[in-house]
Amino acid sequence: MNMTTAAYIPAPTRRKQLNFLNHDYRIRSWLLTKDHKRIALLYMVSITFFFAIGGAAATLIRLELVYPTNWIVKSETYNKLFTMHGVIMVWFFLIPSIPAVLGNFLMPLMLGARDVAFPKLNLTSWYLFIIGGAFTLFALLWGGVDTGWTFYTPLSSSFSNTHVVLVVIGIFIVGFSTILTGLNFIVTTHTMRCPGMTWFRMPLFVWGMYATSVIQVLATPVLAMTLALVGIERIWRIGIFDPAIGGDPLLFQHLFWFYSHPAVYIMILPGMAVESELITCFSRKEPFGYVFIAFSSVAIAILGFLVWAHHMFVAGISVYSGLVFSMLSMVVAVPSAIKVFNWTATLYRGSISLETPMLYALGFIGLFTIGGLTGVMLATLGLDVHVHDTYFVIAHFHYIMVGGMVMAYLGGVHFWWPKITGKMYDEWWGRLSAIIIFIGFNLTFFPQFILGYIGMPRRYPVYPPEFQFWNDLSSAGASILAIGYALPLIYLLLSLRYGKDAGNNPHRATGLEWTTTSPPPEHNFHTIPVITHEPYAYYLQLKENREEEPSV
Amino acid sequence: MTGVPFFPPEASTFAPQVDALFFFELCVAAFFTFLIFTCIVYFCIRYRRRSDDEFPPKMPSHYGLEAAWTVVPFLLMLVMYFWGAQLYVDMKRPAERGLEIHVIGKQWMWKIEHPEGVREIDEMHVPVGVPIKLVLASQDVIHDFFIPAFRMKQDLVPGGYVTEWFQATQTGTYYLFCSQYCGAGHSSMVGKIYVMSEPDYQAWLAGAVPAENPAAAGKQLFTSLGCDQCHGQRAPNLAGLYGSKVSLQDGSTIIADEQYLRDSITNPSSQIVAAYPAVMPSYLGQISEEQLYELIQFIKSLTAVRNLPAGEVSQPPAPALGAPATRPAPGEQPGSVPNFPPAETPYPPPPSPPTEGR
Repeated sequence: MNMTTAAYIPAPTRRKQLNFLNHDYRIRSWLLTKDHKRIALLYMVSITFFFAIGGAAATLIRLELVYPTNWIVKSETYNKLFTMHGVIMVWFFLIPSIPAVLGNFLMPLMLGARDVAFPKLNLTSWYLFIIGGAFTLFALLWGGVDTGWTFYTPLSSSFSNTHVVLVVIGIFIVGFSTILTGLNFIVTTHTMRCPGMTWFRMPLFVWGMYATSVIQVLATPVLAMTLALVGIERIWRIGIFDPAIGGDPLLFQHLFWFYSHPAVYIMILPGMAVESELITCFSRKEPFGYVFIAFSSVAIAILGFLVWAHHMFVAGISVYSGLVFSMLSMVVAVPSAIKVFNWTATLYRGSISLETPMLYALGFIGLFTIGGLTGVMLATLGLDVHVHDTYFVIAHFHYIMVGGMVMAYLGGVHFWWPKITGKMYDEWWGRLSAIIIFIGFNLTFFPQFILGYIGMPRRYPVYPPEFQFWNDLSSAGASILAIGYALPLIYLLLSLRYGKDAGNNPHRATGLEWTTTSPPPEHNFHTIPVITHEPYAYYLQLKENREEEPSV
Repeated sequence: MTGVPFFPPEASTFAPQVDALFFFELCVAAFFTFLIFTCIVYFCIRYRRRSDDEFPPKMPSHYGLEAAWTVVPFLLMLVMYFWGAQLYVDMKRPAERGLEIHVIGKQWMWKIEHPEGVREIDEMHVPVGVPIKLVLASQDVIHDFFIPAFRMKQDLVPGGYVTEWFQATQTGTYYLFCSQYCGAGHSSMVGKIYVMSEPDYQAWLAGAVPAENPAAAGKQLFTSLGCDQCHGQRAPNLAGLYGSKVSLQDGSTIIADEQYLRDSITNPSSQIVAAYPAVMPSYLGQISEEQLYELIQFIKSLTAVRNLPAGEVSQPPAPALGAPATRPAPGEQPGSVPNFPPAETPYPPPPSPPTEGR
């Protein structure tokens, strides 16, 4: 990769100072931008805002659970809080996190393109996201919703007295944002690859984003239809899901999970995609089993569509469906295991440096392993009967969503921060907060496995006093986790002013994004690069780094 | 029930089986977690970067390893799958004998109906060592009947019955939780299960004040709702219906279980008995879950004395298909309440039946 580096870097002229951030400072140049990098930053600011709101709800939830009574909030308020936490974190943070922020920023750079395939559509996606977010936020602040993020019928369609329709409209709109982003990435991957960028020369990040995009395009419309049906039943009392007017409540669950299980993979595949980049860079090695990692993403994307009824083993589906869906759910564990083993094997004989992004990456492997293995337990029919709808499930999916996706997102933000901003953050604070987050996370969520197995159901603001010890431990962990999440916000922002200049390639990583300047120029590359060899060719630098270095 | 609990009590025949499976999977999970963590820590120390100019040589991919970590997890997974599937099938296979208890969930309470007519709210007394068949129904939204000590859990989906069973092995008091979120009072939908020795249970049963016998209440409903206007005359005779095979108009046959009876009341046109006109109106939304329960108990009680051999219930005693329905003339006493036995024990009697009459 380095042998072509010199060709991509512009000669140090007066244009050297100009990049995508500073070529125009006007507000309208941001709000009407078609630059994928600026849109990525718009998303980054938006989802950080939503993460803060979802986190505030989580804080109140954990505070309420410190004592087994309604000591801070009423049950009605608690129900609105966990609904708000779920809705905001799923649709307004996790789903857009890596795809819309890092994906938007990196896809064209990694493929050697000047932008995504449809830049205007890309901006439209962000506006849809904001409009959907405004609807939802308005409903949540105006009185809230108490159905849980799953909107189970007939509770949501016939019984709840809260603003279900408004929130459903918000999610309906934001769904289109997801679909359009996915569509954009699929077309970008197919049509915008630079000369020599064959499919198997693409970084694994692109493979992961491609698999994610396919799910986004295929699954999200089902969510839109399902939520529209809930709205129709609620407004016009047309019997679809409520048995009192001739509907079928299980139909809703089938439709909802037909979207929402693949959506779980929308929320973890991008994390895996980032993971592959971090592990390779900080062990300076090509990934062990590139093809296996790439195709396991695709396999997860496909199998993810065939497992939805594992959310319904105790919901009254037939025993035969249970048997089939349990089998298919367990099969998903195989490509996931392949990824974990390959990442671990990548470390073997590497040159490992434990910088901040790598700490997040290693944390990801550990937490994802625990989350995945407990997922296998949940897919086991006889065992699921006991732990379904308890804190065991909460712990399991937080290990995947937070331990996996949020760790990967933070790792990715730290990894590409020098590329995005041109500045280095403080390494000492970075490592410290990564460690705090890892400890705080485990302290928060590991007790919930025990809590679940001894029988504490989900969504209980009031619980039997025997469960208090584990809840208190979890809440104590959450306070540590909160500090861990607040720190990066501070030192990353400080780095914008006080950080050292990062240079083009501070991690000495491969990948086209590191061959251009930091921050990249408005159109990414002054000359479209040409690819001549496979990705992650770190070994090439062994011979060449000495003569190549001065030109960077 | 004080102190810090690490593990729930094992109080049903399923509990040790579920726990055995859990410990197996826990060991597998612990092994792989340990393996991965150890590898990571070891590699991070052994292969730490010693110089910033260090770049390791290229490493060939290893198809044997890839195959190994594809096949080994798959095989382990098959073991877990079949183990778990066997357990699930056992849990779902209803017990043939034993007590039958009806559970109705509503926002936000549990109503327990014992066959003897004893009713409880948020409490359920059961004898130890006897298989208990539960028929679960919900009045409003989806609830979930979860007893951690029994390792059993089942959603109550409105609009239908679900059957579950368990057999308690330890006397004691255990929690009953609603574990499917059901609205504002979800976390107050908590009950207690009292597992008692057989003598204690009998004593409790004798001391409990029975409500009206559900079948008798159902009989009154049968009259007040006007069911007797047709059934037994131009509509199918209900005596001996429960548990029999019914021929439907579309040529199929169906076993008349509780779900069938329920559907026939709430959605009669969905399953029209052969040779009868589809004239029955739906009672959907007009009667509560408890009234449905009572009606069905009444219909089930008709099994005791029946004058038609099984299989013949579908034969119409009166008009032919399509014949205009004739209403009974005013004053004419309809054959009404067909074959309601004057005194009977409508249920498979528990080990020693309660002494009070119906």
